[in-house]
This record gives sequence, structure tokens and C-alpha cells, in this order.
Amino acid sequence: MSRELKKAGLSWLVTMAWRDGKSSYGKLVLFIFSIALGVTAVVSIYAFSETLRDSIAQQSKSLVGADYIIESDKPANEKVQGIIDSLGGAGAREISFLSMAAFPGNIGTKLVEVRGLEGDFPFYGELETEPTSAAKKYKSGQALVDATTMLQLDLKQGDSIKLGGVTLPIGGILNSVPGNTSVFGAIAPPVIIPLEYIDATGLVQTGSRIDYKYYFVAAQDQDMAQLEETVEPVLESEDADLDTHASEGRRMGRRYDNFGKFLNLVGFIALLLGCVGIASGMNIYIKEKLKSIAILKCLGATKRQTFFIFFIQVGAMGLIGGAVGTVLAYFIQQLFPIVADGMLPLDIEVGMSPQSVLLGLSLGLTMSILFALYPLMRTLYVSPLQTLRVVDESGARSKRASWGVGLGIVLFVFCFSWWLLGDIFHSLSFVGGLALVFLILTGMTYGMMKLIQRFFPVGWGFMARQSLRNLLGPQNQTLTLVLTIGIGTFLMSTLYFTKDMLLAKASIEDNANSANMILMDVQREQMDAVSSTIQEQELPVIDRIPIVTMRVESLKGVSVDEIRKDSTSQVSGWILSHEFRVTYRDSIIGSESVVEGEWFPTVPETGTVPISVSADFSQMAGVGIGDGVTFNVQGRIMDTQVKSIREVDWTRLQPNFSVVFPKGILENAPQFGVITTKVPNEMVSATLQQQLVQEFPNVSILDLKRILTLIEDILNKMGWVINFMSFFSIFVGIIVLLGAIYNSKHLRVRQSALLKTLGAKSAQILRMFAFEYAFLGILGAASGVLLSLLGSLALSWLLFNTSFVPSWVPFVVIFPCIVLLVLVLGVSNSFGVIRSTPLEVLRKGDNG
Amino acid sequence: MSKILKVENLNKTYRSGNHDLTVLKEVSFEIEEGETFAIVGPSGSGKTTLLGLCAGLDVSQAGNIWLCGQNLTSMSEDERALLRNRHVGFVFQDFQLLPTLTALENVVVPLELQGVGRAAMDRGKELLEKVGLGDRFHHYPSQLSGGEQQRVALARAFSNKPSILFADEPTGNLDGETGAKIEQLLFELNKELGTALVIVTHDLELAQKTNRSLRLRSGSMEQMAV
Repeated sequence: MSRELKKAGLSWLVTMAWRDGKSSYGKLVLFIFSIALGVTAVVSIYAFSETLRDSIAQQSKSLVGADYIIESDKPANEKVQGIIDSLGGAGAREISFLSMAAFPGNIGTKLVEVRGLEGDFPFYGELETEPTSAAKKYKSGQALVDATTMLQLDLKQGDSIKLGGVTLPIGGILNSVPGNTSVFGAIAPPVIIPLEYIDATGLVQTGSRIDYKYYFVAAQDQDMAQLEETVEPVLESEDADLDTHASEGRRMGRRYDNFGKFLNLVGFIALLLGCVGIASGMNIYIKEKLKSIAILKCLGATKRQTFFIFFIQVGAMGLIGGAVGTVLAYFIQQLFPIVADGMLPLDIEVGMSPQSVLLGLSLGLTMSILFALYPLMRTLYVSPLQTLRVVDESGARSKRASWGVGLGIVLFVFCFSWWLLGDIFHSLSFVGGLALVFLILTGMTYGMMKLIQRFFPVGWGFMARQSLRNLLGPQNQTLTLVLTIGIGTFLMSTLYFTKDMLLAKASIEDNANSANMILMDVQREQMDAVSSTIQEQELPVIDRIPIVTMRVESLKGVSVDEIRKDSTSQVSGWILSHEFRVTYRDSIIGSESVVEGEWFPTVPETGTVPISVSADFSQMAGVGIGDGVTFNVQGRIMDTQVKSIREVDWTRLQPNFSVVFPKGILENAPQFGVITTKVPNEMVSATLQQQLVQEFPNVSILDLKRILTLIEDILNKMGWVINFMSFFSIFVGIIVLLGAIYNSKHLRVRQSALLKTLGAKSAQILRMFAFEYAFLGILGAASGVLLSLLGSLALSWLLFNTSFVPSWVPFVVIFPCIVLLVLVLGVSNSFGVIRSTPLEVLRKGDNG
Repeated sequence: MSKILKVENLNKTYRSGNHDLTVLKEVSFEIEEGETFAIVGPSGSGKTTLLGLCAGLDVSQAGNIWLCGQNLTSMSEDERALLRNRHVGFVFQDFQLLPTLTALENVVVPLELQGVGRAAMDRGKELLEKVGLGDRFHHYPSQLSGGEQQRVALARAFSNKPSILFADEPTGNLDGETGAKIEQLLFELNKELGTALVIVTHDLELAQKTNRSLRLRSGSMEQMAV
């Protein structure tokens, strides 16, 4: 037989595939589009992630403004200074902290990030200012203020800014600083002043979180990896850090990579849906070709030859779909930088790498072949006897081959998601979750079809009954359409539900005991005065939280230095070098719960001090109940013992603590405080902030309402991107729907002609089709929304640990919109069907 | 003359529900090269089943068939396909043209399967002209009348210069006049190319035009007429 294949070789197979394909190009174009859209979704995200990674790598120096930075939350001690000197001295120095800024002549106040700079920072990238000259001139005693703040508070160049005890003229508008994103800048926008004015502000006090940075330019031949290896451990032991532009780039890359991976999965689902459409479309397509295959076999074509004619068609569709999808992806990804504006601290020049093109083409080819293989296998079992009579070939199909194809699909989906996520457990969860969603949707559809069959509404009018029969009859597309519409709806509504959950967690409960303003860095001696100022405005002081700073000295009797030297230690570096802000109180608060051990409200008269640590602290420090932790409380060594472990909900916008001491031991330690209050509206908030800034310039104020608005903005922006990707799934569903309508057109035309012959009016037939599509839309969209409701409920229990109040959007907006979309598309495509006259159709018979 | 088709003790049974249905019982006959032969009988007598088995489109449970000297019962499906492509032609009642191919493309398929290149198109055109469709090369089956479609099918059947041609009710779907033309063409080509002709038909007039005929009733041979 191989001799035969060689004779009527590949070129004949291609010619036959072309001859056959050109007469069915309408159907094939729809297949191509369902593949193309899926490929667009995956490749656009992949290519953008790749561009982002490259941009980060290329611009990593301008992201940090230097080759490397030494950073600490305390001034450089002798040892650190020694390292700085040995590295040739820092090229620039910075002291930064959060503080309230006031603007004389303007009632506004604002929490800002004060950055005192000395030297020629940035060495890479630039301070973008208006006027441009301000980037240099500010060094002579001016301030550069963030552009949005200038706009919000209606400030102009030449106005003044008051930071603690210093008032400086505003020298220019600060448009961008290397490494700053507008998202974080929106919480505390940057204000740059010359370093020599920092002392005079008087804002560097006990409890203030100060960052000291030393910027360096590396010599041409300096090896960054070696520098990290040799200098970093020494700096860590002195509670300082080394950040090279490479490590910063890696960190940033990881941050965006996770979101990119998530989006890629959403895109991949769209592609899978397209493939489900291909599989079901091919099923009908091949069914229509069985007679031609039998004729070819009768004329002497072998099994392999007939198989390869259609295999080549599918492969070509996959390749064209992949190519079209890749081209579309190129245009789509031009939109991403616009959407992500403000969330990315670098310039992105979108493009399409050869890898992305290869990915698009190979995905299109592989996926279409894999998913079409099952229907394609039918060609192997067609008997040439079909030319003479109808032959039942249902038993001829090899079960082993069918299982093999199924296994191949699952394996490919798993491997591809593994490649995307880089984590075997996550990929297994993804494939498992996806299979579960598919199974539930399939079960729901079959269940509904069985229910209709069992309780068939015999009392309904003929057209309504007929439309239900169409959903159950042979060659129905009910399952495919419910799957595609259902998955798309599922993605969109899950997104809404999840977003609501995240916002609900972050939101401030609207009751008298919930604070919406946090006053930080209040000095001990200011606590009463600040409280009085709040109360004078007839506002409540909800909490007065004392804070004592301390560092870990030893864990379970092993000193921090020894742990650092132990290369096998699992203790996190953060535990060893972090300056903890610890509070003391006699009760637990709403955002935490004791999960292990016993809570001690006060220090017992004998024994070591009992403390409570958060579950994260316990895990990162490797300590459990009964383990000893020694703290260095500003020079005084204090032995404690872990007596309880708390689960802390860090997402709640309120002061939470990793370590909590009982009452009765820290009262006399040097400390500062946090005061919380609740303001009823913006006006009162502004008045209080203004008064506080005037009286207590060192106190920083966090307006939680403003932060919540920002979080909502970010979630909305991310939601937009996810929605966009989910829309691809819906869009693929539409293409599949169009394909299904197209595929069943022949049947519908005959059905419509027969009904017309028997006396049905066009309007009645149209109503029948409308009812059918409405039912499909309702079943698909309802399944999707219900499934997402269940999924979100599971998420709220397992992941977010919060109560779940479903958003109304999926029910009131998404559900009716999708039903309407399916209805409109289905009905508008049925006009052609009812336009044919009965005689025309009946005379055509099967030749048409 | 040598035997182009030899059928020996042929039996065919189908499974129908819970019981076996015997369609052919102990059928035996032979056909010489270039001979014309008719299989006649009422509906359901097993004529088409016999044709399918003789042409290697199906396999029997018992008995032997030698087609062009080769025993079909010991051949695989693809080997039988190869044999059909080289030595067999078909004409069906419902034409069985490939709807996505033009008239010319339909005619050349058997030749292209043999690996014949450009020459296939010349031969296809020649045959279509011979059957009177010189102006219909690029028409699709749906653009041709029933008689024209059957003429394309005839041209295709003779394109590979077959040793034997099986025709299943070749005029069954055509009106009298068109049917007569097709019959005439069929016999003309048979004579011209020396192809043995096996016709399954209800039409006794057509059967009488053949050298010999076999009558089937309920799957058994009833009469062998010369």
C-alpha cells in the first residue's frame, strides 16, 4: 500500500483537500476563526508578557536609576559605611519617609513620600520635570512635587510646600522618577527635596519609618552576581540590603509574570473553547463527507488516503487559524500598554518575537488536529459499501484509538498549562478544575435535555414543541453551545463575584466602631493632644494603639548571627533583619483569631513573657507553641515564649501585627502610637487633616476611603483586562454558534420547507428558531452564572475566608445580555433559511 | 477466454436484531473476459449485496470470489481498494459523483489515484467528449441534469480502462429516453474496450441485451439464462 501512496502522493492529497475544501469554504472559514480567536487570546498575552520581560531586562538600570543600591531602615553604621567606602563610595544618597505635606495658601494637605536626594541621582533614566531645568535646579533649595498632586490641589510652580518644620518653594512638576508607578504614587505621591533639608523638617523621629539609600554606578567590568554573593550576606547581618538592577528586574518580572500567567490561562480557555467548536463542527462536517469518502474508497482510495485528505484540510485550517490569530494578537497587544497605563513603571514597545509567531502557528496546528482527530477517525471506518446501501458502522470504531485521542488531548492541555505556569501542582489543579467545569456543564446540559424528554411539554403550541425537539434531535449542537456560552459566562461572572469579594474584604464596615482614618507615627507625648484635637471636632477616638519597635535577637536559643551562617536554615531573611512594630493589648481584635495555643491578656507574675505571633511569622521563623523568641527592644534583650498563634486577615484595612505582647511589660519601653478615628465625610476629613498637619507635622494620616477608591480603581483596571480576555471566550462561543447554525442550515432549510408546504407561515418558523436559540442562551448563560456562583462560594470559603454576598451584575447584566446576543445571532442567521421557497428546496433534494 | 470473475458457494448473513438474516445462499457463477452479464430479481432478493461482494466492497462469511484472478476473501480492505482502482469500474443508480469536484475532476479521480499526472486530464476530457459532455468539463454535479450526471459517472467508470464494470441499476433514476442513451453508451464502451459488464437491474429488457443473466430469489440462484 505504501507503493500506492507514493504514486498518488502528497500532491494529489493536497489537491483533493483543496478541491473539497473550496466548495465548503464558508464552514472552513468559521472553523479557522474559532481557532484564530483562541490563538489571538493566548499569543497576545504571551507576546505582551515577553515584551514586558524584555523591557524590564533592558530598562532595569533606569528602573532603579543606578547599577545597584544599598538600602537600610537605619543610618549606615561603621561596618556598612566601610562597605560603601570599599565600593568606591556612593554616587548619590537618599533619605525617604512618608509624611503629611501642607501647602501654605491652599487648604489641602496630603500624605506624601518625602525623598531627600544628594548627588547625581538618577544615573540612568531621568527625573522628568516641567520645566525640564527643574530636575537640576531643585538642588538649590526647591521641591519637585508629583504632577497629579499639583493638579489635584491646584498648585503652580512657585507655590510653597511645608514639610514639618521646612517650607520650600515648588521648583517644578515631577512627572516621573525612575522606579515609581503611578499606582503606588497615588497613595503617597513623591516629593523630592535636597537632602540637606531633611534634618530641618524634624520629621525623622522615633517610630518613623525611614529609608536610607546609597546609589552606585558600577565599573564596566563589575560582576553583579559576584557582588551579590560577597557583599549581600555582610550587609544582611547589619540589617541592610543590596539591590542590583538585575535583582530588581527579576523581582519586578516575577510580579507581573503571575498576572500574565493567569491571563494566559484565561486565553487558553478561549482556545480550548474554539477547539471544542472545531471538534463538534468537524463531527458534522465529516458526517456530511462520509458518502464522498465511501465513493473515493469504491474508486480505489485507501483508508490512509481518504483520512489524509481531511487531515490536510484540518492542518491547513489550524495553520491559517494560527497565522490569523497571531496577526490579530499583534494588533490586540497594542492596546495593553494603554490599559496598563500607570501600573507599569517602564516604557513598553510592543512587538512580535519569532517565538510568539511560532507559538501561534504551532498552537493553531496542534490544537486543531488534536481536537479534530476524533471525528477524523470516522473516515477510517467508512465502508465503500455505503455507495450501495446504508451501513451501520457504529461498532467499527476502535475504542483504543478513541481513548488514545482523549488521553492525547488531556496530556497536551496539561503540558501546555504546565509550560505556562511552570508548576506541576498548579497545572494539575487547572486541568482538574477545567475538567470539573466541563463535566458539570455537560452534566447540567444532559440533565436538562433528559428532563425535557421526560416531562415534554405536550400542552405547548406546535412551534414551541418543535423547537424543543430540535434541541434534542440528531445533529443537535446543544452541548457544544451550552459549553461555550456557559464557560464564557462562567469566567465573566466569576470575575465579578471575586472582585466583589476582594472589595468587600478591603472595605470599611459602616458601623460606629470601624475606623476610616489612621493616624500614624504619633509620639508618646503627643497621644493625648492628638486625641483631644480629634475629639474637639466631635469625632471619636476609636483606638489608641501603642507601638514598640524591636528586632529578633534569637530563635529557640540560636542567635540571629548563627542562623545567618547556617546555610541549611529555613528561617526567612525578613524575620532576621526586619524591625518589627509590636503592640501590646489584653484581647484579640476582629481581624484575627487564635488558631493554636492560649491567649494571655497580661504577663503572669512568674516565667517568661508569653507572646502571640501570626501564623505567617510562625511559619517564616519556624517557631511553634512553647518555642522561645528573644527580642532586642531598642538595646534591651527580652526573652519571650510563643503561647498562641493567630490567623491574621492582612487584607483588612486596619493596623494588624505579627507579634502581640500581653499587657504589663512594654508599657515603659520607648514607644509611639497609632490613633484611629472615623470621619463622616470628605469635608470633615479635610478639616481634621489640615489641623493635625499644622499642630503635629510628624503625624502621617492614612485616609482609608481614598485608599479604598484606589484599590477599586486597580481592581477595575485588572478586571477590564480579565473581562477582555473572557470576552474572547464569549466571542469564540459566538463563532461556534454561527458555525453550528451554518452546519445545520441544510437540515433547517428542509425542515422549514416541509413546514411551509404543510402550511406554516414564515413568522411561525422564525418564532420556532427564536425559541430554540432563547432556550440555548438561557441554558448556557444560566449554567455559567450558577456554576460561577458555586465556584465563588467555594473561593470565599477556601481562599478568601470571608462571607460571600453575590453581586447582582452577573444576574441582571451578563445573563440577559448573553441570552439576547445568542437570540439575535441565531434569528438573524435564520432569515436566509426561511427565505427559500418550499418547491425550490424539495426539488433540489439531496443534490443541492 | 479466461475468467474475470468467479464466485463459488457464496453465503452472506446479516445480524438483524437478535437473529441472523441470510441474504445470499450458496451462490456460484463465473464471468468471462469481455462478457456482459445481468443479475436480476425482485427487491430484497440480494442483487445489490451480491454486486457489493463481487466488487470487493464487502466480505462474505463463506465461499470464495476470484476477481481478476485474485481471491478477494484473503485480501485486506486496502488491497481490495487497489484492485478496484486498477481493474474495476462502477456505475451506480444514484450516480455517486463527488459533489465538491467538477465533472472533469470526478472523471480523473481513478487515474489520479494511480499516480497518472497531466495525462489524466487529457484522458478525462477525451472520455467526457465521448459521452457528449465536451462543454461540461467544469460543471459541478449540482449543475448537471440526471442524465448528464450518469454520463459523467460512465466516463469515470471507463477512465481506468477496467477489466470489469459493475453497474447497479444504471438507468433506474432516468427517464426512458435518457436511460436508452446511457444503455447504448454502456454497451458501446464495453465493446470498444473489451470490458466485462455486470449489470444489476429490475429491467428485463436491459437484462436481455446481455450475454447471460442470473435470477436471484430470496438470496438463492433461481435461474441462469443464456
